[in-house]
Amino acid sequence: MSNQEITKVQELIYTTRVESVMAANVVVIDPSMTVSQVKDLMRDRRISGAPVVSDNQIIGIVTISDVIRLMEEGKLNSPITEVMTTEVRTVLKDAMVSEVINNVGRQGFSRLPVVDHDGSLVGIVTTGTLIRSLLLQMDKSFQKNEAEKLYTYRASHIFQDISSDDTSLMLRYVVNERDFDNAGKASSMIKRSLQRLVVRPQIVRRVGVAVYEAEMNLVIHTDIGGEIIVEVRKDRVNIATVDHGPGIEDLKRVLQPGFSTAPEWIRDMGFGAGMGLANIKRVSDVMKLTSAYGQGTRLEIVFNFGPESLALKTDSQKA
Amino acid sequence: MNIRELIDVLQGKMLVQNHDPDEEMPLGGAADLMSDVLAFGSEGMALLTGLTNPQVVRTAEMAGINVIVIVRDKTPPPETIDLARDSGITLIRTGYTMYEACGRLYKAGLPGRGLVKIQNDSW
Ligand SMILES: Nc1ncnc2c1ncn2[C@@H]1O[C@H](COP(=O)(O)OP(=O)(O)OP(=O)(O)O)[C@@H](O)[C@H]1O
Ligand SMILES: [Mg+2]
Repeated sequence: MSNQEITKVQELIYTTRVESVMAANVVVIDPSMTVSQVKDLMRDRRISGAPVVSDNQIIGIVTISDVIRLMEEGKLNSPITEVMTTEVRTVLKDAMVSEVINNVGRQGFSRLPVVDHDGSLVGIVTTGTLIRSLLLQMDKSFQKNEAEKLYTYRASHIFQDISSDDTSLMLRYVVNERDFDNAGKASSMIKRSLQRLVVRPQIVRRVGVAVYEAEMNLVIHTDIGGEIIVEVRKDRVNIATVDHGPGIEDLKRVLQPGFSTAPEWIRDMGFGAGMGLANIKRVSDVMKLTSAYGQGTRLEIVFNFGPESLALKTDSQKA
Repeated sequence: MNIRELIDVLQGKMLVQNHDPDEEMPLGGAADLMSDVLAFGSEGMALLTGLTNPQVVRTAEMAGINVIVIVRDKTPPPETIDLARDSGITLIRTGYTMYEACGRLYKAGLPGRGLVKIQNDSW
């Protein structure tokens, strides 16, 4: 395994909940069973251990090596409750997998019953279920990485693949007023799209900051939301946010750093410092704010890719 | 300072892990204002904040910040945790106040941005 793969396993171990790696349909042993009946149960269900459960509470655990030992000792007819291990180590369903690894690996247990907060049994993790689900997740994340590479490859060649005298790419996003659940999603998509177009990371970051401030202004300050239009060209990206109200009364004033009309509850969320437009101005190459009070506002922002930083694959690569 | 050391210094708890604990952070910053984060935030910085709403995660994402530390032992709502998980942000919680959390990290060698140029307000 390469270093990177080891890191991925570590990451999964620390971020995956036990619940998602356990087997949920647990074969359990009834307290009324004898050792012999438990032996048959294990053979029929092809399992190598099971918890003893009464009223959904775990009262003991029996493994196949216990059964073999008990057979050797001639205790086939003993009630299971007399010979089971009563000190059962369990794990909470929303614990992290790392906790299972600590118990299973270091302490020599090969299975751990999974319980929820009132102690009732909800599943079981064994080395088998653990390895299976970790491998599955690694495969998923591998596929996600591969997919991202493919998207990037395809997107970054769009300016090459399509011929015209001047190609540009238009992206449109609708932003709703006061929709804090989705606020920032458009910016996040724009950022991802520019990354896939292989725009230089420094520029992607500046665009991200500006477009996020602009998106939040649509969410916070408009009556009926608005639209973000991104035009990606070979040499620059043009961004416009457009809304239809309420408009801005005094343009000079809103451009002053620190000026804000945001109400208290917006400030409680960390917005309303009156620094948004100043931030946009600072990170962008050109910024233009126009507004008709009572009608709407339009903000235009330009980022130049610069001469030596031709960020998009362009006709220079044409054969 | 790496993430593991940061957690150690702050006696913190990892809420969402999206980075290797050995990953180094070049500097730290603290803010409760989103525009501040966007103004001084930089790639790979650790951000200390008292806010817990999902916008903190979005803001960090846009500013290229990887690690968010929530101070004063506040528990973020599930939406914040989910968004952090999806957007590749590592989320940590500490029982220290903002003042003490910053102080401890700075003393342990995590630098800040230095003097920030006063905003130029000529338009
Ligand atoms: N699309 C818009 N429609 C109407 N008013 C707006 C719009 N965008 C900005 N404004 C006005 O401009 C002011 C300054 O905006 P700016 O983004 O600089 O600061 P803020 O949004 O109040 O706070 P911050 O961005 O720091 O969270 C706002 O308070 C608001 O009055
Ligand atoms: Mg704003």
